[in-house]
Amino acid sequence: MFKLIPRENVSPVLSLLGPLFSVGLTMIVGGILFYFLGVDPFAAIKMIFWDPLMSETFSTYSIPQIFIKGAPLILIALGLSVGFKANVWNIGAEGQYIMGAIFGASFALSLYPLESIVIFPAMILIGVIGGCLWSMIPAFLKVKFQVNEILVSLMLVYVAEQILALASLGFLRNPDGAGFPGSRNLNQYTSASNAEIIAGTGIHLGVLLSLLMVIFFYVLLFRHSLGFKIKLLGNSPKASGFSGDNPNKLIFLCLTLSGSLAGLAGIMEVAGPAGQINIDFNVGYGFTAIIVAFLGRLNPIGIFFAGIVMALTYVGGELTQFMLNLPAAAIQVFQGMLLFFLLSFDLFVHYKIKLKGNK
Amino acid sequence: MDLSEINFAVLVASLIVASTPLVLAALGELIVEKSGVLNLGVEGMMIIGAVTGFIVGVETGSAYVGMMAAAMAGALLSLLFAFIILIMQANQVASGLALTIFGLGIAALMGHPYTGIKSPQISTISIPFISEIPVLGTMFFQHDLIVYLSLISVLVIWYFLNRMRAGLILRSVGEDHDVAHSLGYRVVTIRFLAITFGGAMAGVGGGYLSLVRVPQWTEGMTAGAGWIALALVVFSGWRPFRLLIGAYIFGGITILQLNLQAIGVNINIALLSMAPYLATILALVVISMSRFRGNRGAPGCLGRSFVKIT
Repeated sequence: MFKLIPRENVSPVLSLLGPLFSVGLTMIVGGILFYFLGVDPFAAIKMIFWDPLMSETFSTYSIPQIFIKGAPLILIALGLSVGFKANVWNIGAEGQYIMGAIFGASFALSLYPLESIVIFPAMILIGVIGGCLWSMIPAFLKVKFQVNEILVSLMLVYVAEQILALASLGFLRNPDGAGFPGSRNLNQYTSASNAEIIAGTGIHLGVLLSLLMVIFFYVLLFRHSLGFKIKLLGNSPKASGFSGDNPNKLIFLCLTLSGSLAGLAGIMEVAGPAGQINIDFNVGYGFTAIIVAFLGRLNPIGIFFAGIVMALTYVGGELTQFMLNLPAAAIQVFQGMLLFFLLSFDLFVHYKIKLKGNK
Repeated sequence: MDLSEINFAVLVASLIVASTPLVLAALGELIVEKSGVLNLGVEGMMIIGAVTGFIVGVETGSAYVGMMAAAMAGALLSLLFAFIILIMQANQVASGLALTIFGLGIAALMGHPYTGIKSPQISTISIPFISEIPVLGTMFFQHDLIVYLSLISVLVIWYFLNRMRAGLILRSVGEDHDVAHSLGYRVVTIRFLAITFGGAMAGVGGGYLSLVRVPQWTEGMTAGAGWIALALVVFSGWRPFRLLIGAYIFGGITILQLNLQAIGVNINIALLSMAPYLATILALVVISMSRFRGNRGAPGCLGRSFVKIT
């Protein structure tokens, strides 16, 4: 049999190889899955990973789309990664994303049709606060009563989805919308519209912010003592306490960061690409971002690339749905598989494996 | 609105039906956690059970065959989890999440052609004589086989954990895997078995959801039931009987809110639909605040990887 010997230092090469290897393996196993679904595996894999970037017919539309879909994934994953390092498991980013959108949109729509330059930044700030408030619930319950944050944050996703329904059918419903569900379109409200910053691409402020946040988190985690404190809390809560850090403060910090960024992603999305609050506003970015955080090895630069790869599977997935009739859920399976391979590969990152020889 | 339209005996009977998927899945997870493993993939295993059970049930025309297939599907998916965390030493929390994401995707893929089909009927078994007792008979003794099985499982699992040597071994593995290992118990094998059992139970729970409780297949139909089952295990303090009571209280809230929706109480449907999730959070808070303290009863090695040191 095999014997595991813990590595003294995590191998940086293997740590980098892991995600690449996992993506490769997912392509192979995913291809087999596509074959069984009656789709040509080579055509499908090419359409997911190659055509959105390289094909002349699709790339003008899909390259900007990759960044648009990648932005919320990167934003949310950055926030989550800090918590995951500290063993604080916020898995309810989807709910915080929804609440950020509802808070921000409610504020802006309550001022409609007033036009002012202050509305847009205030709306974003309120969206961030909305997401943050939603993540403060699990933070508070964890710190005060030791309630498991995984379960609370997840339950709050379902609550947020109901609030979303309430908003789209009730308090935010467009009064001029002929009774259809959904709010006014924020893109038609100049002061609140998260308009594109590069004409004709759809690229909006959120994309730019996601890039800036990557840099900000890189500095925070690797050039600031806070990053070390967070890692310490995750690896050794006792040592963290002895060094004088207050674990409760760090728990609050982790959930503040992840909630705020999810809220930011939410308000950017609703005022930009989505345009309005509606029942089907959330599409699972909050959950996919968990995969992005791991695929990026909880490292900001890694998360940037992971977000782009994941966005690619979304954009490519839409293409295959369109062109090859591949069911939408196939992409979800694809993403789940990717996470499995990635987590399994960690074995090689943390351990040396030796064949047990004869005595 | 007329509250008297709600028949109390029927309400309790439907409460039991509503709670049964939770009882089954949570009992499975209880065993898994007692062995020291935290499997957050209950939702994924349930939905795989739901879709497999439904498909096999429709194709064979038998809900019971469907239920068996559901158990097998849940167990099969849990084996994937077991392999990743026990052999590949992956993080349990992340792997459980992966299992849920993966399960939801596979289920949506499998179930797509079966949306909107009716499931085969499951027959209720009225227990002779006692089922004819007014009120009580309707409440407790006119159910299908799975409901009775879920109640028997509570007893069996209690007996297994507290009165049997095998149960003691399972608990010792969960309490301190290094000690159990040095005593010569096969930690990995025992955990493999526990995880598979948990998967099968979650699978049956899911199958019951799609074949009896709803009964049809819709995408994402578990709607957090797996997570609620996880919360129930914490709520119960890792005790089977308290778990049953917790599940029934929870089922009661769900059924009450559905009944209130049905008779058209003047409360917004969205607000009523939130109730089960808010109740779960509240229950977790109450149990943590109470003098029992949240983590009493939690296995010592819960969620920790076991690496054999030789």
